[in-house]
Formats: sequence, structure tokens, C-alpha cells
Amino acid sequence: MSEFVLETQNLGISFGGLKAAQDVNLKIKKNQIYGLIGPNGAGKTTVFNMLTGVYKPTTGKIFLDGKKIDGLSQEKINHMGIARTFQNIRLFNNMSVIRNVMVGLHNLPEYKCTVWESFFRLPRHFMTEIKMRERAKELLRIFGLEDERNALACNLPYGKQRKLEIARALATNPKLLLLDEPAAGMNPHETEDLVKTIHFIRDNFDMTILLIEHDMKFVASLCDEITVLNFGTVLAEGDTRTALRNPEVIRAYIGG
Amino acid sequence: MITLIDGLSLGSIYALIALGYTMVYGIAKLLNFAHGDVIMVGAYAIMVTLSYSLSPWVAVVVAAILCTVLGMLIEKIAYKPLRGASPLAVLITAIGVSYFLQGAAQIIFGSQSIPVGVAWKLPAVSAINKLGVSTAAAVTLISGVIIMSILTLFIKYTKTGRAMRAVSEDRGAAMLMGVNVNGIITITFAIGSLLAAFAGMFYLLQIPNTQPTLGAMPGITAFTAAVIGGIGSIPGAMVGGILLGVVEKFCLSSPLAPYTVAIKFSLLIIILLVKPTGLLGKVSREKV
Ligand SMILES: Nc1ncnc2c1ncn2[C@@H]1O[C@H](COP(=O)(O)OP(=O)(O)OP(=O)(O)O)[C@@H](O)[C@H]1O
Ligand SMILES: [Mg+2]
Repeated sequence: MSEFVLETQNLGISFGGLKAAQDVNLKIKKNQIYGLIGPNGAGKTTVFNMLTGVYKPTTGKIFLDGKKIDGLSQEKINHMGIARTFQNIRLFNNMSVIRNVMVGLHNLPEYKCTVWESFFRLPRHFMTEIKMRERAKELLRIFGLEDERNALACNLPYGKQRKLEIARALATNPKLLLLDEPAAGMNPHETEDLVKTIHFIRDNFDMTILLIEHDMKFVASLCDEITVLNFGTVLAEGDTRTALRNPEVIRAYIGG
Repeated sequence: MITLIDGLSLGSIYALIALGYTMVYGIAKLLNFAHGDVIMVGAYAIMVTLSYSLSPWVAVVVAAILCTVLGMLIEKIAYKPLRGASPLAVLITAIGVSYFLQGAAQIIFGSQSIPVGVAWKLPAVSAINKLGVSTAAAVTLISGVIIMSILTLFIKYTKTGRAMRAVSEDRGAAMLMGVNVNGIITITFAIGSLLAAFAGMFYLLQIPNTQPTLGAMPGITAFTAAVIGGIGSIPGAMVGGILLGVVEKFCLSSPLAPYTVAIKFSLLIIILLVKPTGLLGKVSREKV
């Protein structure tokens, strides 16, 4: 077991000539809520895409709990323990709320059931369905979505869609949860609620969380440590308050 | 009335084939033009099994297994290496696979048509036949409805079905939620090809001769049906298939008979002009 849940070494990627991220060295400890911030186009989502296998990094390495994960497929990385949400919500829109969460449960060994068992409706098919449904309801309850479980995902209001994305990601039973702008588009009341939910997840799921956010108040109230990116390079990192007072960081935000 | 039942029966054959096109398109995002030829392979499998004077039931099982395995092999050998390649390359490959299967059948069995034999003939059922409906049409229609219901239940209420829907909505998000997308694609090809085997069997009930190009016309008609219904949509494929079957039979029994094929395909153009996404298709949104 490594000291860090997530560690990256000189992580970087270029698209043609554009260095979208370079020399990113994240060190995230267990149960930390860690922030990744920076002006628009700084490369934050790009880092998430590398961590989850969507992009293959051009340079550097990624370790999850000490195991090297860069180069693995997206599915494999999820199985190893990273789950995420998306900046532009990507729910399975035409499926019900509960089924969205059940897709997240799909790969867990405790819900194993082969195609044949489903096809011939053997006992394990029914047992698995019931267990999955129960687990999905439990997760939905945490996010106050239990009553809407049969609605189509696309019919949920925006704030609830964001919560459903978190529930679906949690369903995959990750070690590390990546949230890409979870508070975007939320009103102050919903944002406050979200802060509580994120704390709840950290405490009750024994979770480590890495989040991207533009709302500085939100970042300051949640994250103990942050990394600030600008034009793909790290401007500052470490303790949240200190990093936010860094003159270069202030300049980047005012300039950008 | 009789024409309607005949049409529904033919339509359910088209619907079974169209389901294969639409599911593969919805999930793997590729047009499997070799799909029609899987029907042909199923028909030959039945013919050969019967020629060893085995029971028609054995023939059906042999065809079903052979087609399912064939579908999975086609995916593994022809399409999987091209995942992420340009759609044009995949399309050419699909056409290649189609010619390969037809060519193979021609080399093995020759290009002449071979009758399946008398064992492949349903007994007369006077209660149905008295109404003027052939036993074959009745069996096809009833089995077609049962098969489609099972498929619908499978997609809606099983774990695998749910994963299939998720992959078809957003493959990337499904992968990131840990769904084994390659496995789901393989299962989709297997199911599509199994349905094609059934379609081949019903086809033989209506026209009891095998020929290397036997899959071409039902294949292209069913593809049209899938597009009419909205490609990627499962209920769409069923509706499109049934619609074309009924239209075909009504045309054939009217003075318009010589124009049947033209009318079927004009229907496609008309429907796409009015509703470019097909009857039950959804407008796709770009995702970033
Ligand atoms: N697939 C890609 N191909 C080419 N360029 C890309 C690609 N993905 C990201 N980029 C570029 O990388 C840079 C960083 O983008 P990224 O989406 O990571 O920014 P961000 O920090 O998440 O910004 P925002 O706050 O607006 O979400 C941008 O200039 C973007 O255009
Ligand atoms: Mg972003």
C-alpha cells in the first residue's frame, strides 16, 4: 500500500503542438478532498481524461494505490478504482434514474450473472436484479433521489442530474472519485447542500475525492489541498489558503 | 384480411432481420452489411441438416448455433480490429464479408438453387387453413411475436440488456462506469445473428429453396425497414419491418404488383423526407 491513493509523475499530454498539460505531479492522500483549479482552458478536464484512460498521456506515469494504471483501458481503470462525473453531464438520458445507477453496479463481482442465466431467467437472475435494485435505491436515498427513481434521467432538473452522476459513479465502488465541476449551474442553496453531500461521501464511503471547481468559496470550504493549473502548467500546489494567495495565481485569474 | 395476415407474417421476418441491423448499429455504431448473408448461412445449415434426414428441430438448433457463432466470429475477425477506424473502412469491410459469405456458399454448394426437401413442410392445420391463411404464415407470425417479446423483455429487464442500452446511449460513459463494452458488442452480434437464423428458417417456410444470394433481398429490405423505423431504435425496427411486409403483400395482391419493389423503397424516401430520423428515431445530439 502506497502512502498516496493517487500519484502522478510528470504527467503530460500534447495535442499536435499544444501542450494541454505538462509536468503535473499530484499526490493525494487517503480520505483527502483535493482540488484542481485554474482558469478556462487550463487543462483540468484534460488531466481527468488522462487519469481515467480517455486520453493516453504523452509523458509521465499514474499510480493508483501504488499500482501503475496509465495505458490501461477506461474499463480497467474503473475496475481498479477510479470513477468520475463529467463537466457536460453525460447520463444515460433515456433510461430511468435507478437504471442509470444500476449500470454503475454492472461490473461488481457481487452482482455477477451471466447472459445465459438472464436469458433463461434462472434464480440467480432474479436474485441479482433484486440485490442491484436495493443497492441502487440505497445510493439514491443518499442523494434524495429515491422518489424520482423511475423518472427518465433527462427529465430531472439540472442540479439533480449532477447528483445522479455522482450516485452512478459511486455505484462502481471506487477508491478515488473525480468530480468535474460538480457545482456548475447550481444555486447557492444547492451548492451548500453539495458541500455537505461531499463530506458525507468522504466519511461514509471512506472515499478520496479529487474535484475541479471554479467557485473559490466552494473550493476553500471543501479542499485541504489544491493544485492550480494555467496553460497546462502547475502554478501552485499545496495548502488551499496559501496556494490561493500566491500572487501568480491571483494574476492568472485576473488576467484570464 | 388474409393479405393483412400474410403481410404481418412477412413483416415479422423483416422485423427480425431489421432488429439485427438496428441493434448492431445502435451499439457498435456500424452497418453490418453481411447481416443478410447470415440468413443465407442459416438456410443452408437447415438444408444440409435435413439432407442427413435429421429432424427439422435439429436443423433449427444447428442453424441457430451456427449463425450465432458466425456472427461472433465476423465481429471478432472483421470488425474488432477496425474499432476506431474510419466508418468508410468499416463499411467496405462489411461489404467484403458479405461477398465472402456468398462466395463461400457458391464454392461449396454451387450457384443453383437447392430445394430443402419435404421434411421441411409444415402440416396442414385445417382450422387455420380454412381461413385461407397458410400454416407457414401463422407459425411465422406467432413465433415472430414471441421472439420479439422475449427480446424486448431481455433488453428491458436484464443486466446485460441494461448495459446494452447504456452502451448505445453513450459508449464512452458506459466504459468509464466499468461496463465491458467489447463483451457487450460481442453479445449484440450473437443476438442479432441468432435472430437472423430464425429469419432464415421462416424464410425457408415461405420459399423452400436455398441459394447463395438468398439473403440479399430480405437483407436490404430489412435494412430499409430499420432506417424507416429509425436506425438504432428497437421498436422502430419492429414497426418498420411490419410496415414493409404489409405494404409488400398488399402491393403484390393489387394491380400495382409489378411496382412492389419500387414502392417499398420509395416509402423509405418519403418517410425520410418527412422525418429524417425515421419513424421512432431520436435526434442525436453531439456530445463533448
Ligand atoms: N482532444 C483534444 N484535442 C485537441 N485539443 C484538446 C483536446 N482536449 C482538450 N484540448 C485542449 O486542451 C486545453 C485544455 O482543455 P481542458 O478542457 O482540459 O480545459 P479545462 O481546464 O477543463 O477548462 P474549463 O474550465 O473551460 O473546463 C484547451 O486548449 C483545449 O482546447
Ligand atoms: Mg473542463
